[in-house]
Amino acid sequence: MAEHEITIDALDKDGNPLRYWVLNEKIHDAADSGAKHIIVKDVLGQRFIADCMEHSDVKIDIHGTPGNDLGVFLSGPTIEVFGSCEDQTGNTMNAGTIIVHGNAWDVTGLAARNGKIFVRGDGGYRIGIHMKEYLEQKPIIVYGGQVKEFFGEYMAGGILVALGLRIRNGSVEDVSAKEVVRGSIGSGIHGGTIYIRGEVPEHALGVSATLCSFTEDDLSLLTPILEEFCEYFDIPIEKIWEREIKKIAPSSSRPYGSYYNPRTV
Amino acid sequence: MPAKMEGIRIEIPPRFKIEIDRERCKICKRCTVNCTFDALSFNGDRIVTNHDNCVACQRCTAKCPQEAITIRANDMAYPVHFAYTDRIRRIGWEQASTGGVMLASCGNDLPYRSIFDDLVLDAAQVTNPAIDPLREPIETKCFLGSKPKKLEFEEKGDDIIFRTKLPPNLELATPIMVGQMSLGSISYNAQIALFKAAQKVGTLVGTGEGGLHPDFYKYGDIINSEVASGRFGVDANYLKKVAALEIKIGQGAKPGHGGHLPGEKTSQLISITRMIPKGTDALSPYPHHDIYSIEDLQQLIFALKEATRYRVPVGVKIAAVHNSAAIASGMVRAGADFITLDGFRGGTGATPRIIRDHAGIPIELAIATVDQRLREEGIRHKTTLCAGGSIRYSADLVKALALGADVAMICTPVLIAMGCRVCQQCHRGLCPWGIATQNPAYTQRLNIEVAATRISNLFHAWTEELREICGAMGIDSVESFVGNRDRLRYVGPNPRIADILDVKHAGEAWG
Repeated sequence: MAEHEITIDALDKDGNPLRYWVLNEKIHDAADSGAKHIIVKDVLGQRFIADCMEHSDVKIDIHGTPGNDLGVFLSGPTIEVFGSCEDQTGNTMNAGTIIVHGNAWDVTGLAARNGKIFVRGDGGYRIGIHMKEYLEQKPIIVYGGQVKEFFGEYMAGGILVALGLRIRNGSVEDVSAKEVVRGSIGSGIHGGTIYIRGEVPEHALGVSATLCSFTEDDLSLLTPILEEFCEYFDIPIEKIWEREIKKIAPSSSRPYGSYYNPRTV
Repeated sequence: MPAKMEGIRIEIPPRFKIEIDRERCKICKRCTVNCTFDALSFNGDRIVTNHDNCVACQRCTAKCPQEAITIRANDMAYPVHFAYTDRIRRIGWEQASTGGVMLASCGNDLPYRSIFDDLVLDAAQVTNPAIDPLREPIETKCFLGSKPKKLEFEEKGDDIIFRTKLPPNLELATPIMVGQMSLGSISYNAQIALFKAAQKVGTLVGTGEGGLHPDFYKYGDIINSEVASGRFGVDANYLKKVAALEIKIGQGAKPGHGGHLPGEKTSQLISITRMIPKGTDALSPYPHHDIYSIEDLQQLIFALKEATRYRVPVGVKIAAVHNSAAIASGMVRAGADFITLDGFRGGTGATPRIIRDHAGIPIELAIATVDQRLREEGIRHKTTLCAGGSIRYSADLVKALALGADVAMICTPVLIAMGCRVCQQCHRGLCPWGIATQNPAYTQRLNIEVAATRISNLFHAWTEELREICGAMGIDSVESFVGNRDRLRYVGPNPRIADILDVKHAGEAWG
């Protein structure tokens, strides 16, 4: 019988964590048989949850710590994680939304093509690497906290944001403006935009990444995205506007054009 | 970048000279229309040649109705020096003029010795009768995928029930498949010709790392989708509508490098398919940024198996490099249902010339050592070994199989079948035959049905020649031929190679 809401326990009857292929089979079967809200409890490092799922009307709640590749190739569902994620969250994502009430570490949103990822806390290296876009397909990744090096490396499209806030249950403070991002930001960027709510020294910019002025257009672009972020994590949007947001964009859409010589001699 | 100075460019003599027989030339101007490299033009009076731009693609000579054009090598007399050859002198002048990384395409063109050419084949004589392929069946069918170590059956009364759960396997009518050439590196017409031919022949074609155009979903049954570091076009359709998935770790033409599509070839169509700005270079990252160890490779293999619910074989492609055997062992243990080895002579749409010409090892050695290593470790059955990178014609195919490859992977020969003259200018997007270009004026020169027929002709010819060799050896099935190194003998100058290949030297025998 198709159930509207279903709860799956990621522990077996002896209290041991289910192997990822067993857990994922349960989740896929639940969605295929019509469940629209799938609640998964006691998740402890299982990988590939919601791998390539295409159901756009399904919501999956994850309680615990999902393993690597949460929502890899995600093509529709909404996933809300009540905990922190490991690496490669939203890897090569195509569509859908991932909300993380915690941190999400390295290469989040690697090669994402569309969809949205909202992380309350901090991130690691190479977040949003090689994100792409075409017309309405524009991936969006927003981090509430701090991120490490190579943020937005080789970006070809999409919107990447780091806010430098420390959000806890019921409170929100600023992280020091100097510590929001690290070096090699947007190295190789040739499309898309990066927004940093913090300091961006010249030496931290990667190959072909330049600081641009933040305009009215940027404001109207960012406002609905940040409003969505604030709604998920229950913080006032006025807090975000308190500090200046820096904009980083490509200096060229072909940064390596003169690097190669195609002549055969 | 400093402002351009005057007089930096060193004039290098052109490689070729275009000779027009003015008596035969009727100034129909067909050559000026056909040349895509701007080497021929009309000045209102007669045909004008620009030797500097000629790349000897032979399009003009093929299209001149008067046979009035001859392309000659421009052999200028330089003082002889076997160390500072013409090639090396010219590279020096060019690098001094521009300071750029030399970009090239196609495959390694240096005269490294071909090991295939140093191997000869056995034939059945007296002690073991030959089989006649013209009148008796010789099986060329093979299966791509992981095989179980043993088969389990259960007796239930009078019935025998098969118990083993088989991993996904694909049936190929012939042990030859087309490798990975992206939409971008080749044209839409060329790619669709490949898919049509493969459907007719009953084999697989790779998508390359340019994604899968929606027009091609209907060929899904014969498609091997490539998941490369750029992840271009990797959406749910790309993963679920195809027959096999292949993770590209490396490529024979450029070990250690990522894919490269020059901005000249990022047309509107490519911009849509790959979702990057038009005119930009598509430089795939060198590593997959989610694969930093063998365990990470296992992770991506299983991410793909989970994505397709374990329905399709998932393989891994590496360039043939020094430690290929150890790497291959790791790949098989990580769950690769098939592995593809790409030798250092493999082709490419664009690569730095220094990598193309100097990095990697010959495929012959890679096949033999990988096959040997997997056998020694007792895991050979877990994977199908595919190999390519200059399997140039059917003789190479036969020897590659005998050395241990289950399936040969080819790319350049199918381009040649479509009409490529190997002028090695693929990276510039000016292919006059409509194969390695995105310019619609040129791609429309490639007739899809004609190209598809030529490719399936090639497959047919090679498969029949494979049968000829098997029959001559008294072997009735390709399965008995794969890895049958005793049917090869080495006739080259370096006995060490024979040792590494585990092939006897000609003259050595049993009994």
